[in-house]
Amino acid sequence: MSFLGKLSIEAVPYHDPIIMTTLTVVAILGITLAVLITKYDKWGVLWNDWITSIDHKRLGVMYIILALIMLLRGFADAIMMRSQLALATNGAEGYLPPEHYDQIFTAHGVIMIIFMAMPFMIGLMNIIVPLQVGARDVAFPFLNNLSFWMTAGGAILINLSLGLGEFAQTGWVAYPPLSGLQYSPGVGVDYYIWALQISGLGTLLTAVNFLVTVFKMRAPGMKLMQMPIFTWTCTWANILIAASFPILTAVLAMLTLDRYLDFHFFTNEAGGNSMMYINLFWAWGHPEVYILVLPAFGIFSEIISTFTAKRLFGYKSMVYASGAIAILGFIVWLHHFFTMGSSANVNAFFGIMTMIIAVPTGVKLFNWIFTIYRGRLIIGTPILWSIGFIVTFTIGGMTGVLLAIPGADYVLHNSLFLIAHFHNTIIGGAVFGYLAGFVYWFPKAMGFKLDEQWGKRAFWCWQIGFLLAFMPLYVLGFLGMTRRLNSTNNPDWNIWLYIAAFGAVVIAFGILFQLIQLVVSFMNREALDDKTGDPWNGHTLEWSTASPPQFYNFAKIPHVSDIDTWTDMKEKGEAYQEYDKYAPIHMPKNTPAGVLISGSLTVFCFAMIWHIWWLAIVGLVGGIGFYIMRCYTKDVDYYVQPDEIKRIEDEHINNASKEVQA
Amino acid sequence: MLIRNLSKIALTAIVLTLAGCSGGVLDPKGQVGVEEKWLIIICTLLMLIVVIPVIVLTLYFAWKYRASRDFEVYTPKWAHSTKIEAAVWSIPVLIIIVLGVITWKSTHALDPYKPLEGKGEHMTVEVVSLNWKWLFIYPEQGIATVNELVFPADKPVAFKITSEGTMNSFFIPQLGSQIYSMAGMETKLHLIADEPGTFMGISANYSGSGFTGMEFDAIATPTEGDFDAWVEKVKQQGGELDMAQYNALAKPTERHPVTYFADVEDNLFHTIIMRFMKDHGDMSYYSKPNNAVQGHHEGAKKSSSHSGAHEDGAKE
Repeated sequence: MSFLGKLSIEAVPYHDPIIMTTLTVVAILGITLAVLITKYDKWGVLWNDWITSIDHKRLGVMYIILALIMLLRGFADAIMMRSQLALATNGAEGYLPPEHYDQIFTAHGVIMIIFMAMPFMIGLMNIIVPLQVGARDVAFPFLNNLSFWMTAGGAILINLSLGLGEFAQTGWVAYPPLSGLQYSPGVGVDYYIWALQISGLGTLLTAVNFLVTVFKMRAPGMKLMQMPIFTWTCTWANILIAASFPILTAVLAMLTLDRYLDFHFFTNEAGGNSMMYINLFWAWGHPEVYILVLPAFGIFSEIISTFTAKRLFGYKSMVYASGAIAILGFIVWLHHFFTMGSSANVNAFFGIMTMIIAVPTGVKLFNWIFTIYRGRLIIGTPILWSIGFIVTFTIGGMTGVLLAIPGADYVLHNSLFLIAHFHNTIIGGAVFGYLAGFVYWFPKAMGFKLDEQWGKRAFWCWQIGFLLAFMPLYVLGFLGMTRRLNSTNNPDWNIWLYIAAFGAVVIAFGILFQLIQLVVSFMNREALDDKTGDPWNGHTLEWSTASPPQFYNFAKIPHVSDIDTWTDMKEKGEAYQEYDKYAPIHMPKNTPAGVLISGSLTVFCFAMIWHIWWLAIVGLVGGIGFYIMRCYTKDVDYYVQPDEIKRIEDEHINNASKEVQA
Repeated sequence: MLIRNLSKIALTAIVLTLAGCSGGVLDPKGQVGVEEKWLIIICTLLMLIVVIPVIVLTLYFAWKYRASRDFEVYTPKWAHSTKIEAAVWSIPVLIIIVLGVITWKSTHALDPYKPLEGKGEHMTVEVVSLNWKWLFIYPEQGIATVNELVFPADKPVAFKITSEGTMNSFFIPQLGSQIYSMAGMETKLHLIADEPGTFMGISANYSGSGFTGMEFDAIATPTEGDFDAWVEKVKQQGGELDMAQYNALAKPTERHPVTYFADVEDNLFHTIIMRFMKDHGDMSYYSKPNNAVQGHHEGAKKSSSHSGAHEDGAKE
């Protein structure tokens, strides 16, 4: 074993023009960014105010930036897949060889779920949940920073695999024995394992952090059944994370032992069994999709009730329905493999449990509809996303129930029908929700609204592109086309593959328009400025703060006596109250410990991937060492003085009351 | 609205395709597939009872209660109605109860492990997925083929399925159900072709870089006589298949040409499954070659009367 383990210059895919071009573009962008930061002397700001920040709002913004970058990466993969399949018809080979194509669909799945959807969801939760419950930060602010950098570490690893070595060629589920050493001897699966492992740990810590926050740090008077609905859905999602992510950790650890130490948990030699992996993987994987979609449900609930200027219909039903979805989501995993040969009793049980989830989901849909009923609906961009969601998600839900019937699944399993179904729920459900939440809460986080016109254009491209890209896949599923093919030879399929590829192009315009929207809104930020902190006449406490919120969130913690606290306060005339005196506020100090610990652990993971044992030891010892150092750091907090609070509060109230009068 | 027109176009397109589609799961040529097609259609219609009102109501309310129509009733504090809540919980519950009953019954009726009722005696084919091709062993005829599966129309076939290494899924879309192939384990599937024809057979579970090429022709011959003639042809053209040749065949190849074997080693299928167990003594009933050879009829009967047999089979 050499000094660098398996790593050598051969690991760089310099013979592949597609990858090398991508790397060049990324390098140019990186260098440009670095030059700009140097030119405007922003390295200090970047380090002091962002990288080491433990402010939940800034961490939320960083999560969302990560998610948007990963969206571009994951979408580039999607475009390559769709164009490959549009070209590789009638027996043609297309432009991507199988080794490359197989990495692309694996990376697409992992990136979109673990490094796009999860950070997007956690980012929104980070910005909003502490504000909604009237807390000054999360329960463990430093842990929050550490969680973010662990997720970022995973994202760095998976992107390194593009230029160093390879990524897994197993599909995002990485079933053994294909993901075992015999059939995947390269570093691809190891990248997969360690990227998921480190980011999964970050996610688990986030869930613990937010559970403690909502259970222990709610504003006085706020009962559990008065928490804003988005906070409730995030709480259910966090309960699911806390319960299911340890399963992922364990199953990946076992796969690691299989691959590094020949344990054969999941391969036949020595009595292992791959069915165990498949069961454990989905015992995490199924709750995972509800982790993604539940907070999106909460976002739609907030937006619909705000934009109809009306209370949410059936709040209690909504909370219980979310809870039912969360609990049922845990006992349906077997529907991912009805075709593995379980008995009819087992298959029927899991099929019926799965379709029962349609009941609470249906209740939610009806409750949204009755929230609109007798309201005053303002059709802004967030509402377009919400209505687009209800229409698309309903179709996705229906095809999901169809797949839950074992007899139907026997012919539709693993077909493009399945692909259409889960994109229908994950894009039409979760992603539409995050994008709606992004527009809705953008002024809160950044201080100015997003441009409506470009937002609407982006929505229509997404919505139409989505239908064009995925409805044909339902048809292809019925025509017998299975997933993960790298070429086809069936003239009946061609037209649908072309339409799907065209749909992906339309979605690309949706993404482009969103980028334009960001730029245009930034240029016009003076005009789009939100001085009140409450641009939509919101219902919940986040709108009582300035935009962007004061770094301590609340100068005086509000007393809560209603679900729609902020509406209640506005009606009672308690909003924007001026106080003569403020008490000092106890705040945590920024710390580089999070990025140092996670950086060391990322080095450890990288070294494990390439079998560079000495570096692995350095990384692990470094991570533990920085952690111990942090434990012995005494200088972790400070007090914000009353006169500074007074100055900030007066400015906000002054701005807000001017706007309200105008 | 643009979106509504678009979905109409999409819907029409789908209906047209499904009506005229050939070669897919909605154009079944065997009893299992026919039943599954009707299951899909009936359940979809049932669900549309809720889905269509949801979509229509959403769009209608969004139009009717939009802010510019400020003459409509506006009740900002109205957030609860026991009647509506009862309705929105009970309508989905009712539909799911109906779907649940259908699911329970159809799952048992379509159990892939169950021999097809009233179709007479099943013919046995042993299926082994290799990287990246299919090996079909005909224990009753003593022959084997690669990437070509032949059986008479109207004759039910009992498939016993395993894998050399990676997991695949044995699937002939026009005949109905698929089942995974897993190394060291035997899974089962019962299918029939109601009419003669050549159907596309695939692997429906990704198994590595040659996976796309794992196609085979499933040929249902018009008569048993035609099938016998084909068996004769294989016996004349085919070579030998013993363990050594099997191991050579098991080496990864892509788009392997159709190959015939006339002289197949006894109990080859059983040996392939049990190779991980060779150091562990007798494991169960099926581990004894005699039982394994004649066991398929008994085993099939067992699984129809007693579903626990599945796990026994799968665990091997």
